[in-house]
This record gives sequence, structure tokens and C-alpha cells, in this order.
Amino acid sequence: MDNIPTIDRAGTAGVPVVAPPPAAGMTDAAKDEYRFGFHDPEDYVYRAPKGLSRDLVEDISRRKGEPEWMLEKRLEGLKLFQRKPMPRWGADLSDIDFDRITYYIKPSEQEERSWDDVPEKIKKTFDRLGIPEAEKKWLAGVGAQYESETVYHNLKREWVEKGVVFTDMDTALRERPEIVKQYFGAIIPAGDNKFAALNTAVWSGGSFVYVPAGVTVDVPLQAYFRINARDMGQFERTMIIGGPGSTLHYVEGCTAPTYSSDSLHAAVVEVIALPGSRVRYTTIQNWSHNVYNLVTKRAAAYEGSTVEWVDGNLGSKVTMKYPSVYLLGRGAHAEILSVAMANDGQYIDAGAKVIHAAPDTTSSVVSKSISKGKGRAGYRGLVQVEPGAVGARSSVRCDALILGPEARSDTYPYMDVREEESNIEHEATVSRVGEEQLFYLTSRGLSEAEAALMIVNGFIEPIVKELPMEYAVELNRLVEMEMEGSVG
Amino acid sequence: MKKKLSKGNLVLDSVYVRVEGKRIVRGVSMTIKPGEIHALMGPNGTGKSSLALALMGHPRYENVEGSARIGHTELFDLSPSERAKAGLFLAMQSPAEIPGVPMSDFVRTARRELGLEDLSGMKFDRKLKSELKLIGMDGAFAGRYLNEGFSGGEKKRTEVLQMRMLEPKFAILDEIDSGLDIDALVAVARGIGEMVASGMGVLVITHYRRLLDHLPPDMVHIMSGGEIVRSSPGMELANVLEAGGYEAVVGREVSV
Repeated sequence: MDNIPTIDRAGTAGVPVVAPPPAAGMTDAAKDEYRFGFHDPEDYVYRAPKGLSRDLVEDISRRKGEPEWMLEKRLEGLKLFQRKPMPRWGADLSDIDFDRITYYIKPSEQEERSWDDVPEKIKKTFDRLGIPEAEKKWLAGVGAQYESETVYHNLKREWVEKGVVFTDMDTALRERPEIVKQYFGAIIPAGDNKFAALNTAVWSGGSFVYVPAGVTVDVPLQAYFRINARDMGQFERTMIIGGPGSTLHYVEGCTAPTYSSDSLHAAVVEVIALPGSRVRYTTIQNWSHNVYNLVTKRAAAYEGSTVEWVDGNLGSKVTMKYPSVYLLGRGAHAEILSVAMANDGQYIDAGAKVIHAAPDTTSSVVSKSISKGKGRAGYRGLVQVEPGAVGARSSVRCDALILGPEARSDTYPYMDVREEESNIEHEATVSRVGEEQLFYLTSRGLSEAEAALMIVNGFIEPIVKELPMEYAVELNRLVEMEMEGSVG
Repeated sequence: MKKKLSKGNLVLDSVYVRVEGKRIVRGVSMTIKPGEIHALMGPNGTGKSSLALALMGHPRYENVEGSARIGHTELFDLSPSERAKAGLFLAMQSPAEIPGVPMSDFVRTARRELGLEDLSGMKFDRKLKSELKLIGMDGAFAGRYLNEGFSGGEKKRTEVLQMRMLEPKFAILDEIDSGLDIDALVAVARGIGEMVASGMGVLVITHYRRLLDHLPPDMVHIMSGGEIVRSSPGMELANVLEAGGYEAVVGREVSV
């Protein structure tokens, strides 16, 4: 704990991302503001006015000292956001009031939130997960003093000679602008969907990973420790690039509920797997129950590469998330494993998308959803085989487990096959936690609650066993907590 | 094997079971003492399995009258879990499959719930392996998901394995002999016989004498139309049955 510096509020400026030095091309007014801010901590506290406007987007970009091209991308995103319709599938999003959302908060503002303001329920969750005090505070968006640089230095020591970059997006934009510029929006263009457009306009924070050709990073790169308040932004932007022949595993976890005062989380994650690379992205997320979690995640997989998404979704009010892989080169392979659990008042519409756009590409999708109480969890997936993708093979398996008479599960597996010489398999099962299973287990002495938990844990086991140990343990704990009081 | 010494009998006293308004078990009574083997035989659909499931507390057979008790404990007042804790075990005809739950995890958890000796990880593994061997199953089954993809015979043997690991006072074995070849049958019978020798009482539901040849019953009951129509000590009834079928035992009144 002693490696966490205690700071006064002005001290936050010590973290470079919080107070970027005035960039060339900044207006005098902005420089003044910056200088003024530097001398008077009160002025670091900055919360953009609610609602979205061109002024706001320009302001965000200016405050970050971004290059002109990024501002242009943001403005394009804004334009597209205003033009794009809301999604017409899945959950009802009509309660989202874009005028009431704060799109940008300077970290020093978040620090002002005290631990006492964190809802009891979330504190309790932290305790039961056994998360250390400092991490708890970070997870609650309270402890911005959690020093991220130390972690980076450790990583740098190990990997920097090999050219590995693992940092936050804002830093990457300053330090590796050429790479960011090459790939930003290359996989998920601003106009992809309304929320990707929104993210493009107002993004802040997120992770940047770059592993050069031929380098194997054999430890998971964990964003868990890449900690500062800014990264808790609701609109983070993550970019992961695996160079030719490289191997990397990126793990992003909030395995405790992410406390957020705002109600919209619209992230964009772009993964580029260059020929022969192997990229795995693992995330377990547990949002607080007032969050609309509308995330666009997509990977481009080039020749002979493998992309794996391992995606766990708990919490949130609404989640709409369909990790995608575009198989663009011969022999590229995609694995998408996802688990979703919806409890009372939650609608989790998760799934997967695979586009086979090259010969001999293969994909495997395994989706597990659990709905409980009045919760609704579903699978929405697309497998598309383009003409010429000869020898493409795909298998999709989605299993739904329904607990209780009021829970609901839906499966929408779309197939669009335009190449005859391909093979697509789809298998779906829906099961209610059956009387027979419960009776069987209870007849051997287990309580009903224990039996139900055992059945659920068994159901997600194929995904859990793919997770790094600590995430597997925490996912099981989270499920256990969600399961409490499920059986009368 | 550490045994819970069982003092009480398993007593069924005018047990009726109703399903959807229909009485499918009509006033069954019997008393099984610790260390006794009773056989329950009879044509298909006469209520044998219904009786077994009702005794264990299956929700579809909740509508019961009469009394079933172990010692002074009234089973019909208890949940299935509590009945297990009271010492009752039912080896089911078609055990449920539980994907993703390794057999060893499940048996461990159940032992803990039943308050049995908390064996260390290694001790437990050794015990489970040796129990698997005893009933002629590969040690790898310890890590297999409970009943998932098991053959009929493997399921039956797994039920007997669980019975042995969970050390009940009384076990009801519902057609435990179906799907077993002769070697497996002998192994299973030996596994049950050992438990009986150390005081477990058994109600064996079966159609065939061959299991009883290896587990000589103290009493054979013939059930028909939801009732026990004949009861007799020793193998006599089983022999009659084997020779002449149910009609030879219950006469023309058999109508189900």
C-alpha cells in the first residue's frame, strides 16, 4: 500500500495524463486556462456541461492537447452520431437522454467523490470479493492517486527492449501518434453505429497495446492495474495491435461492480491481428445496475492469425455487446466465448459476429447465457461467409439456462452464407434449471440454493476454465452472489 | 469405513401417493431394519418407482398420506436434502446429468453437507479412486462431469458409488441392476452387500432374481396396482416369479 502516493488535489497534476502540457497550436486562452489551473487546483476541477455539442468536442480535444487529425475524427464522429438512428433491435434504449449525460469529467473532479459516497451494496461487494482497500477505491472511481506509472515501468523493464507498448490511449496518442493514426477507426469506423460514433466524438482513456513482429508476451497484459481515474471514463477507447507472428493476451477486468455515477458506457475496442499473430482479449465486467453498457468490439484477423474473445458480462441495466472478428486472410481463426447473466431488471443482449472473408478461415463461437428472476439474457449472433471464402468452417453453440418461471432467454442466430464450399454448424440449447437436476442434487444432501449454484457453475464451466485463475475465481464468486436468494 | 450406527428402522405406514388426483400408491406398509435387504418386485407401472421418489421427496410426488420415518424422524415433513441428512438415499432409475460438475467435486460437497468425516484432498481422492475401482470403473471418472455422457450401466454404478461414499442408513435402489453385465452386477452387489453387512438397510426394486442371488433378501414384496399384494421372507416369491411370472404370484387380479 505504501507505493500509493498520498496526494493533495493539485498533486494530481503529477500524472501526465491529467494535466497535459500546453501543446503547440493551443489557443492563448487555453494556455491561460492551463496555467491558471496549474496554480489553482480548484480549476482542475472540470466537468463539461451536460449534453453534446461541437463546442464540447472541441473543448475535450483542446484540453487533451490533441493533434488536429484527432479533432477531425471526433467531429466526424459527432456528425455521424447526430445522424445515426438508435439501434432498432434488442433492448429499449429510449430512456437514454443524451442531453443529460456528462461526456467529459476531468479526473480531479472524480477524486472529490469520497469513499463515503459509494453505495453500500457496492462496498459490500468489494469486501466479499476480498479486494484490497486501495483497489476498492479505484474501482469505485474514488482513488485516482493509484499510481499507474509504476506498473508501466515494471512492464517496460521486461518488454521495452522488445518494443512492446502498453499504456493508456491518451498517452499513446502523444507518444505513438503514427500507430494510433494508422489504426484509429480502421476496424470500427465512426459511422459503424450510433454508439461507436459517440465514442469517437468524446472518447477518453482506454488501453493501448502494441506488440511488435515476432514478439511473444507470455504474461497477460492486465488493465486491472493500469489504474487512474481518467481511465474510468465512460467512453474509453482501446486499441490492441499484434504484429506479425506475435502473441499477446490482454486482460481487462473490473471484476467488481464498476461504480459509475453516469448511466451510459459506450466503449470501442479495436483489435488488429497481423499475419500469423495470436491475440486473446479477456474481460469480465460487472457493471452497477444503472448502466447502459453499449460496447462495440471488433477484431481484424489477417492471414494465419488467431483472435480470441473471452467475454463475461454481469451487471448493467442493459448490455448490448457483440464481439466480432473479421477473418480477412487465409487460414485466420476466431474463437469467441461469452457468458452473460441477467438478473431482475436486467436485459443482456450479447452475442458474437464472425465474417469469413477469406478461404480456409475457421471460427468457433460458444455462448452461455443465464437468466434469473425477471432477467432477460439472449444471444444474437451472425456468421457470414463471403463469396470466395472456400473451405470456411464455423461452429456456433449457444446455451441458455433459465432460472425461474419469469426469466427469459432469446436466441437470434443469423447465418448469411454466400459460399457453397463452406460448412456452418449451429447448435442451440435452452434449459430450465430442471426439477430433475435440483431433485437429484438435493436428494444427496445439498440445499436447493447450493444445488442451483452448482448447476449454474457447471453450466459456465467451459468458459471459466479458459480464464486466468484469479478471474475464474472472481467470476464464480460473482455468480454466487447473483445466485443468492434465488431459490425459495 | 466409519459407520453411523443406525438404531431406527425405516418404517412405511399406510403410504399413499397421489399424482394429478390419481392414487398410484395405495396404502403401502413395511418395516426395514438396519442391515436388512427387502426386495420390491412387480409389473411395470404398479407404483414402485413412484413410491421410491415419494419417499425421497420428489416434487412431482409431493401429495402423500400416511407416514414414512427413520427412527422417530418423519420423512414426509422434510425436504429432499433433509431426508438425505436423516440417512435416506435413493439410487435413481434415471439419474440427472449435471454438465460441468466433476463427480469428485459433487461427492465432496455432498459429504460435507451430510456431515461426514472431512477427508483431506488426497485422502478423499484415494478413497474415491478405490471406490471407483471396486465397482469396476476407471479412476478417470472422478473428473468426469456427473452422469454426462455416461452409459446406462455407468450411471447405475455411479449411483452405487455415491451410496457408498455418502454412507446412508437406508438405501432404496431403483432397478440398479438394469444395464449391467454380469461382472458389473457382481461388483455392484458386492458393493451393496458390504454396506448391508455394516448396518445399512436396503429396499431393492427389481424385476429380476439375478441381483437377489447376490443380495439374498430378508423379505420380498410384490406390488400390484399400487398395493403390496404379497410379502414373504426369503427367496420364495422371487423363485415363483421367475418360474411363472407375476400372474403366478398375484393371480388373475393383476390389473393395472
